[in-house]
Amino acid sequence: MLYFRLLLVRPVAVLVQFKKRETMQVEPTSDITPASDALEVRLPHRLRLLNQEERAKLWLRIRRNWQLYVLLFLPLLWLVVFRYAPMYGAQIAFRDYSPAFGIEGSPWVGFANFERFFNSFYFKPVIINTLVLSFYSLIAGFPIPIILALSLNQVKTRLFRNSVQMITYAPHFISTVVIVGMLFQFLHPRVGFTASLANLFGMAPPNAMGDPGAFRHIFVWSGIWQEMGFNAIIFLAVLSTIDPALHEAAVVDGASRLQRIRYIDIPGLMPTAMVLLVLTTGRVLEIAFEKVYLMQSPLNLSVAEVINTYVYKVGLLSPVLDFSYSTAIGLLKGFVGLLLLIAVNHAARRMTGNSVW
Amino acid sequence: MASMTSYDSNINKVNESAVDRVFMLGNTAFLLIITTIILLPLVFIVAASFSSAEAVIAGKVTLWPVDFSLLGYETIFEHKKVWNGFANSLFYTFFGTIFNVFMTIIAAYPLSRRDLVGWRAITFAFIFTMLFSGGLIPTYMVVKDLGLLNTRLAMILPTGIGPFNLLIAITFFRTTIPPELIEAARIDGANDFRTFRSIVLPLARPIIAVLVLFYAVNTHWNPYFPALIYLKDQELFPLQLVLREILIQNSIDASMLIDIEDLVAREGLRELLKYSLIVVASIPVMLIYPFVQRHFVKGMMIGSVK
Repeated sequence: MLYFRLLLVRPVAVLVQFKKRETMQVEPTSDITPASDALEVRLPHRLRLLNQEERAKLWLRIRRNWQLYVLLFLPLLWLVVFRYAPMYGAQIAFRDYSPAFGIEGSPWVGFANFERFFNSFYFKPVIINTLVLSFYSLIAGFPIPIILALSLNQVKTRLFRNSVQMITYAPHFISTVVIVGMLFQFLHPRVGFTASLANLFGMAPPNAMGDPGAFRHIFVWSGIWQEMGFNAIIFLAVLSTIDPALHEAAVVDGASRLQRIRYIDIPGLMPTAMVLLVLTTGRVLEIAFEKVYLMQSPLNLSVAEVINTYVYKVGLLSPVLDFSYSTAIGLLKGFVGLLLLIAVNHAARRMTGNSVW
Repeated sequence: MASMTSYDSNINKVNESAVDRVFMLGNTAFLLIITTIILLPLVFIVAASFSSAEAVIAGKVTLWPVDFSLLGYETIFEHKKVWNGFANSLFYTFFGTIFNVFMTIIAAYPLSRRDLVGWRAITFAFIFTMLFSGGLIPTYMVVKDLGLLNTRLAMILPTGIGPFNLLIAITFFRTTIPPELIEAARIDGANDFRTFRSIVLPLARPIIAVLVLFYAVNTHWNPYFPALIYLKDQELFPLQLVLREILIQNSIDASMLIDIEDLVAREGLRELLKYSLIVVASIPVMLIYPFVQRHFVKGMMIGSVK
């Protein structure tokens, strides 16, 4: 996930800088110049500075690379049709959509769909379930790959190290359906591993999958089981870039392995860990939809209904399909998620000096 | 990866202290425990899949097959739906991945050229879809309006370009193809199409390998949700959707179990079938992954550690 730091970030950073420049220019002048001038100041200065000759040069550069734009044509067409057209269509969240009138023809209703969600019986449980499930996953799942990477990094025997890595990655490649299928079988009250184990010791077999109290733990820890090895990759890669001279110096000074982890490895991982934490928190509302949906049963719905599954059910499953209502909830989630990402990034920068942009 | 162990080889020459030896012992134990935890469920599933239906239903299986039998596998081989799903998944994965990789590469190369006017804005337009999207229903409406519902194309066209994979590819081109090379080709009279075909594509082989893997596994083979919303026709279902019916919704074609009179034995076979199915469904990816995992690791590291 780290390339975000270099890549995702760069365009975002550009945007932010661009904004800064804009405000910087406006601020000193806004007190003295009349409003009509402010408009001119607001123009990005790169465009403003272009005189005729430079404009001709720019045009030449565009023309010289015309074949590159031809290459870009199909991807851009795809982007507009499959990613930006839906964003345009998301306006039905503010309309009372009916297929007969189409998107533009349906009447505007303002925030009625949002209000309906706020006042709905499902609002509170769905929000709480989403937050509890995602923050539980985040807090329990975050340190474990780091610990695994630190531990693996200490291993000297290459064969042992590679074997452990290979085995811990493996579950990442198993599909969600199979993972949840495995959970159902493994924890089956009659034919599962836990049942066999209980039989072996003459105890009553537990029914973990039918217990709503166990749902969150099963969801989170099976996720950790599946992803810890794969998530450790990035930390192992960062550990490999730490200057060996630091370790050599520490050894000469008599530092133990534990001390070297504490004072060299962990600080070395911190910037990466912070960036990853920010990004994961930003996506905290996007719980693994596929898995939650598969794990749901009438027994555990009180704790297992999250925003994404609710959006799906309201929009595409219920007997009375409500596209507008479902879109409104989805839009709300997307918007809150975006705000959260910005807020967490800001907080991370304030506290640690490391941030995504 | 080799560089990771470099400092250790130097340090080994120094005698380890008692504290370090105890630590290393604890460390090894910790890793062995983790490995066991990872392996335990996998071993159980495999063991159960090779056991008899009676042993499975009696809950006797732990980590070794009880009353070895291949009945579960034999039953699956006769299950037409599973094979149909398998064939569909192969189809979607094959053609879908070709489409994804093609689109990603032709987008990534121009965007990696810093002399392309507007590369920042266009890249940002792609990245933005990662931060914010129109949502489930509006996307569904677009697919519906294009007449793609319940067609094979619905499994392929909407996947298009993963912004994340696009970023990896752009970084790859920036770091492996020096601008001087492009300039030299231009001086030799090659236009951009020619450069792309004769210089960029041959150099792009490693990134194509990484992209093929990412798209094939993460976009096509493993997910079931796109199929769930876009496909109605059972004949078009990919493997994961068939698996969902059998493993999660517990619906097995009754004709499979008809020879068996006894209710308990029938129930046993139903469960046994699931274990065998889990094994069969995981085998393709499990067989390939040890050989390709270093590409995955490479993909994860492109751009991150430079």
